[in-house]
Amino acid sequence: MEWQFFLEVLVGGLLAGVMYSLVALGFVLIYKASGVFNFAQGAMVLFAALSFVSIQAMGVPFWLALLLTLVLMVALGVGIERVVLRPLVNQPPITLFMATIGLSFFLEGLAQMVWGTDVHGLELGIADEPFDVAGVFISKFDLFAAAVCGTLVATLALFFSKTKLGRALRAVADDHQAAMSVGIPLKHIWAIVWGVAGFVALVAGLLWGSRLGVQFALTLVVLKALPVLILGGFTSVPGAIVGGLIIGAGEKLAEVYLGPFLSGGIENWFPYMLALLFLLVRPEGLFGEKHIERV
Amino acid sequence: MNPHRKIGDVILQAEAISLSFGGVKALSNISLEVREHEILSIIGPNGAGKSSMLNVINGVYHPQQGHVVYRGKTRERMRPHEAARQGIARTFQNIALFKGMSVLDNIMTGRNLKMRANFIQQALYWGRAQREEIAQRAYVEKIIDFLEIQHIRKTPVGRLPYGLQKRVELARALAAEPSMLLLDEPMAGMNVEEKQDMCRFILDVNDEFGTTIVLIEHDMGVVMDISDRIVVLDYGKKIGDGSPDEIRVNPDVIAAYLGGSH
Amino acid sequence: MFYRESGQFKSSYAADSAIFTIAQDRVFIAALLALSFVAVPGLASDYLLSGILIPFLILSLAALGLNILTGYAGQLSLGSAAFMAVGAFATYNFMIRIPGMPLLLALFLGGLCAALVGVAFGLPSLRIKGFYLAVATLAAQFFIEWVFTKFSWFSNDSSSGVISAPAMQIFGYPIDTPASKYLLTLAIVAFMALAAKNMARASIGRAWMAVRDMDVAAEVIGIRMLRTKLLAFAISSFYCGVAGALYAFVLLGTVDAQAFDLHRSFQILFMIIIGGVGSILGSFLGAAFIVLLPICLNLLGQVFHGAISTQFLANLEMMLFGGLIIFFLIVEPHGLARLWQIAKEKLRVWPFPH
Ligand SMILES: Nc1ncnc2c1ncn2[C@@H]1O[C@H](COP(=O)(O)OP(=O)(O)OP(=O)(O)O)[C@@H](O)[C@H]1O
Ligand SMILES: [Mg+2]
Repeated sequence: MEWQFFLEVLVGGLLAGVMYSLVALGFVLIYKASGVFNFAQGAMVLFAALSFVSIQAMGVPFWLALLLTLVLMVALGVGIERVVLRPLVNQPPITLFMATIGLSFFLEGLAQMVWGTDVHGLELGIADEPFDVAGVFISKFDLFAAAVCGTLVATLALFFSKTKLGRALRAVADDHQAAMSVGIPLKHIWAIVWGVAGFVALVAGLLWGSRLGVQFALTLVVLKALPVLILGGFTSVPGAIVGGLIIGAGEKLAEVYLGPFLSGGIENWFPYMLALLFLLVRPEGLFGEKHIERV
Repeated sequence: MNPHRKIGDVILQAEAISLSFGGVKALSNISLEVREHEILSIIGPNGAGKSSMLNVINGVYHPQQGHVVYRGKTRERMRPHEAARQGIARTFQNIALFKGMSVLDNIMTGRNLKMRANFIQQALYWGRAQREEIAQRAYVEKIIDFLEIQHIRKTPVGRLPYGLQKRVELARALAAEPSMLLLDEPMAGMNVEEKQDMCRFILDVNDEFGTTIVLIEHDMGVVMDISDRIVVLDYGKKIGDGSPDEIRVNPDVIAAYLGGSH
Repeated sequence: MFYRESGQFKSSYAADSAIFTIAQDRVFIAALLALSFVAVPGLASDYLLSGILIPFLILSLAALGLNILTGYAGQLSLGSAAFMAVGAFATYNFMIRIPGMPLLLALFLGGLCAALVGVAFGLPSLRIKGFYLAVATLAAQFFIEWVFTKFSWFSNDSSSGVISAPAMQIFGYPIDTPASKYLLTLAIVAFMALAAKNMARASIGRAWMAVRDMDVAAEVIGIRMLRTKLLAFAISSFYCGVAGALYAFVLLGTVDAQAFDLHRSFQILFMIIIGGVGSILGSFLGAAFIVLLPICLNLLGQVFHGAISTQFLANLEMMLFGGLIIFFLIVEPHGLARLWQIAKEKLRVWPFPH
């Protein structure tokens, strides 16, 4: 019984972790291709979910609403690249980071101004009911979310390794010159990456939105993804996944086994402390290589 | 003849240094000696490991094998700021000035080691803090005069042309009153006139202050002219060590240099 | 015409490294101080004092603190509000637990506690840099917020967790009117701003900027990374801590962890970006801007009386702040402080165009 309960908590944590990975993935995509730590990813998640439910509320059917939101998110991503990031090219990374903090405020204000501040429900048609696997109860919805994330990651992995465009995107991360030689202008590549990040934000927004309700608090998922990022590294897709799993499981286990001794509410800071302690032992992160600054 | 110019005893020995980055062997089993007051040049083709050698000497890189003995003391994994405290200063191959600061502040930073006032005295700009600031400023002005950069004193370093930036970097290193000065390609990218100026400064520093100089330089004319001794590296190995006349006729060096990229 | 430095020759290094090298600047600052210490408390309305000037001064102090760490030492922090909270709660506990504790001493000790906590959270800066460190400072933000909400010992076991600040007095004079509160805040902020300026132009300030601009070169020139970074964390947190204590005692009248949430940290970060990263003056300009903008928006709302909902204004405010941050980063990364400097340069040579 005891270990069964433990297992339940662990699996629940791992599945929640997948949801963190999903948001972290949006960061990694943009960071890899343009070196920008996009703090506004959370705002993009809110923007996506809010747009989707509002379009749906106008009576537009599910799939069409999804398509329209996708178009909107890609347009948003491309627009951000154009208006905010292109003028800041060659600025220090910290400046770009601060710009995305500003962007996040802007988008949160914009989303609520256009779509209102009401909390919307979002129904994806998957009941959030427990489901018995050899005596361990797992949420159906969590399982579904994990499956969606898994598919998304697999698709992205295939896209990056098998398509010409994907390879060009990867090359950008390693070497801008090499990317240019593939024949795709850098600025197009960046626009595409921001578009893809908009798409990932949409998926995350739908999953998180149906979980928490579509509301302002959705932007806070960014705060869940940050410890995942410093654990897994900003440039590693596997890092985002494994980091998400570790943070998700660690958080749930700590909540259940440590929480009672600390009078609860530790989920806000625990992932950060976990990631921080890990970094102190291994500053290069989970999958990073040790790097000695060249002078 | 200046008394300093007499080359003294060995003050620094690098013993069997090996350093690698991942699979790249930057230095393999290098030993070399530096004598007091001399000008030692390290030469070699691109990627030979010259900069890495300087980085080992002042503690920026830590070799996997071998060690450095400075003035009789063997040091283990020494940090760069400790090397600075022992009197070793340097300039960098890619200019490493403090971009957000003026020329004066950059050079004043070189004197930070000489300042003892604590932060409370500094916050109140009181007593020792004030006295030190003014005394050190006077010393810095001497260096500014010496390197002929009076006119750009208050300019942010980012706005200076390349040649002047290199000069300011030398000034910052000199401000620490080093007994040993490591210069990584101080004349790279300069025109003939600027090179001549820089040569003159290096010789003057060596002459007037008796500073020991370890210099990396690609311009063979300059190297042959001003060096007392030359060490040649190639692919992380030492292939020559001797006076300019000896190096000029060393068959390995000729093969590496003339056969290679030069 | 009157803003000229011609005829003013500096005859010593002391004069050349003074804070205000131009005589007119010295006159200006003296007049400003006289105005704010003598004229303002007598003439200004209570609203102007409590609603604008006091928040402006306190937030300027917090911005100064963050600017020391981020602007001078180059270590981005997203947790300044947490250190404000430490200052506020520590000061409160010194006040109520030690009978007869003088206010100024309690403020100082509160700042000191914040400094200690700042050092603890600054320790990782030696191993991790940049974004990783910025994210790590969020750990401080969330952890400290949690500590003060969860452990009622810090709020003297009051049931609501919200506690009213004890009455203040200095040398027997009660600090209870807006004017006296303003004067107390002004005196502390003026003194600490001067201290910050002095540090910025002395060897510690140069060490900070050196670490910020090129850490390897800084270490090679003999700067000790550990000492320099931790000192920046300590002093910055001290400033934030004192600001937090003033925020709780002078402005709010209550000590409440909610007042020091992540949003406050961002607000202070925005102040230094808009005002000027790495500028003492910029901390003040940025704070003024951030305090005044919502007030102006509210006035605008009143003009359109009812046509604009408060919700709309709140969203508009978010968009404006966000947009302005981006605008400043793109157009003038050195913020209002640089614009001020440019204006002064122009004035120097006016009316002769250069
Ligand atoms: N920090 C580092 N990380 C990884 N590899 C390094 C690092 N520093 C040097 N190397 C490698 O070590 C080798 C020697 O480099 P080094 O900079 O010492 O050469 P060098 O002789 O100074 O060449 P150059 O004339 O181009 O300056 C090179 O292959 C270089 O790529
Ligand atoms: Mg080199």
